[in-house]
Amino acid sequence: MLGIVRQKMLEQSLKKIRPAVAVLRSYSSAAKQMNVREALNSALNEEMSADSKVFLIGEEVGEYQGAYKITKGLLDKYGTERVLDTPITEAGFAGIAVGAAYYGLKPVVEFMTFNFSMQAIDHIINSAAKSNYMSAGQISVPIVFRGPNGAAAGVGAQHSQCYAAWYATCPGLKVLTPYNSEDARGLLKAAIRDPDPVVFLENELLYGESFPISNEVLDSSFCLPIGKAKIERKGKHVTIAAYSKMVGYSLKAAEILEKDGIDAEVINLRSIRPLDRSTINDSVRKTNRLVTVEEAFPQHGVGAEICACVVEESFAYLDAPVERIAGADVPMPYAANLERMAVPQVEDIVRAAKRACYRSVP
Amino acid sequence: MALSYLRSSSSRSANLLKPLSSGLSLRSPISTDTTPITVETSVPFTSHRCDAPSRSVETNPKELLTFFRDMALMRRMEIAADSLYKAKLIRGFCHLYDGQEAFAVGMEAAITKKDCIITAYRDHCTFMGRGGTLLEVFAELMGRQAGCSKGKGGSMHFYKKDSNFYGGHGIVGAQVPLGCGLAFAQKYSKDETVTFAMYGDGAANQGQLFEALNISALWDLPAILVCENNHYGMGTAEWRAAKSPAYYKRGDYVPGLKVDGMDALAVKQACKFAKEHALKSGPIILEMDTYRYHGHSMSDPGSTYRTRDEISGVRQERDPIERIRKLILSHDLASEKELKDIEKEVRKEVDDAITRAKESPMPEPSKLFTNVYAKGLGVESFGADRKEVRATLP
Repeated sequence: MLGIVRQKMLEQSLKKIRPAVAVLRSYSSAAKQMNVREALNSALNEEMSADSKVFLIGEEVGEYQGAYKITKGLLDKYGTERVLDTPITEAGFAGIAVGAAYYGLKPVVEFMTFNFSMQAIDHIINSAAKSNYMSAGQISVPIVFRGPNGAAAGVGAQHSQCYAAWYATCPGLKVLTPYNSEDARGLLKAAIRDPDPVVFLENELLYGESFPISNEVLDSSFCLPIGKAKIERKGKHVTIAAYSKMVGYSLKAAEILEKDGIDAEVINLRSIRPLDRSTINDSVRKTNRLVTVEEAFPQHGVGAEICACVVEESFAYLDAPVERIAGADVPMPYAANLERMAVPQVEDIVRAAKRACYRSVP
Repeated sequence: MALSYLRSSSSRSANLLKPLSSGLSLRSPISTDTTPITVETSVPFTSHRCDAPSRSVETNPKELLTFFRDMALMRRMEIAADSLYKAKLIRGFCHLYDGQEAFAVGMEAAITKKDCIITAYRDHCTFMGRGGTLLEVFAELMGRQAGCSKGKGGSMHFYKKDSNFYGGHGIVGAQVPLGCGLAFAQKYSKDETVTFAMYGDGAANQGQLFEALNISALWDLPAILVCENNHYGMGTAEWRAAKSPAYYKRGDYVPGLKVDGMDALAVKQACKFAKEHALKSGPIILEMDTYRYHGHSMSDPGSTYRTRDEISGVRQERDPIERIRKLILSHDLASEKELKDIEKEVRKEVDDAITRAKESPMPEPSKLFTNVYAKGLGVESFGADRKEVRATLP
């Protein structure tokens, strides 16, 4: 699948752009490593280099090199006209960015965390998401809102919420949730090139994690399709669907389950809106059992949508009720032991998968 | 207080009848006549942190006639919309602009279609000023295919991107940061053009306005914020909503100008001044002292929070169309009959447009699912019963 994607992207001819990560290229067959931070930084760099309409705007993105160093080095390279430090005024600068997108520029707005996006949510929903529809196609909004989403470590109730389900409700938005470095590069590049408003939900705890990365992913024309999930691990007995950090936890759970003879298929959703319903349903039709995993509050969440979609499309194939693993239904506590109880752990995923498999275990 | 302020303006009309320089004594066809005429604005401009422009405005017969015709068209259009709403052909919200026409025409006279305009929901006449047609207006109001947003937007969501009109916004105050964003993009693209972001006295207290103004001033954006102060934010008079109703001063470090918004020539002068300022020195606020004859919207009679005397008083003393009519007559640029004929023509144009708009069909059912995205990626979307109605987004 990647080969086809690469073919299409090369046809769009970005051959002139030299990859910023040339230093990581080698001609040996050993796998290179790249962390998510580097992946995002290189994606931003390449897209800014390829298209002069792309600019960055947000708090501390410039001189501070980014609150999480995602935008490191970009101010030096592109200057103050294209990397803009803003005052702490989310409603104001998000609105300004949407206005710039109306005119035809391509802003990449950083929210220091998505908790602060609530201050600007009217602009994301009413000014950005709905404009193409209300104007019958006259006003498209090629904007990306990106930043860390969900729980970090010990940051408390106001700084830990996951907004995937909130934004994914709204038609007109695209909502992406990268997991590894390949996702980060491919999906961010796709988001910047996409003519619609994209909410790009990263995860602070993943920024420092390294993943193996191929030459193909390092190429400046690399792009991932929006709306397609990835089967991270093929399996036969139970489907585990997750996004962002929970993909890593699900993969660990799958290793543990394997020892008990349960072969789990792990789906990395990558895209919450559009949701890849066909990949999820195809998988459930194969395994007949489903566990959804998310870090977010459980009610009206992504897992609920996935469950409803599977019940609607593949009811006859389900051999067990759908299991949902999610964050606890409480604001995030501070104390370390309570915090641990408030987010899913690997053992929760293992337990849920075993419950889903109660009918038969080969 | 709003009422006392308005009463004191009745003496302004005296200035109109004393032309500073007269036109030709032999009347030439005024539709092409560009002989300069100088007219004084009704009142001098009041400024904040800047030197006010001169009260003497240069105009010509052609421009005055255009003002008259355009404003008469806008007036008739809004009144016709009132009737259509009462006949239930227009649904939902309908916010009418009659009384405020001078701003729409005066601004257009000072700028080009490459400058950007963005406003709130009282947008029908602003859309017309940008080159929109009556058919597009009435068809959109009635939710038909020939509407400027193909029936999918409604009264509050008119757009005309090819002449840089960016809507048409329903959320009070949101259009101001959006407008500053347009100005940012103009500066980024080195286009040497400006953006006019219009808002009302009600929106003037919105926090996001000050956030956007702060950034515009820091980054020297060519943004002109225009407060169309019609003295009432829905049913709340300005003195009940704003601790300081001197909206032209509310920018603090940003210069401001207060303008008689019922005088199209004063508006033109102020907008010309503002454009020059914005291109050189960054944001500026214009406060237009104006008035709406209708209530906030069609569901508001407009007379529970203001007296009928006040409304008729403004209509008598400050009506923008009457001002231009008196100017044209006093300069002997056209006869009363010629002006009445123009009004009759305009009435017929409006009636014809309404007839054609009524003939335009409602959108096809498949249009429910179009334009959700610019690039739909072939994803599925659903109707109310997803087992009945599904669509693939193009």
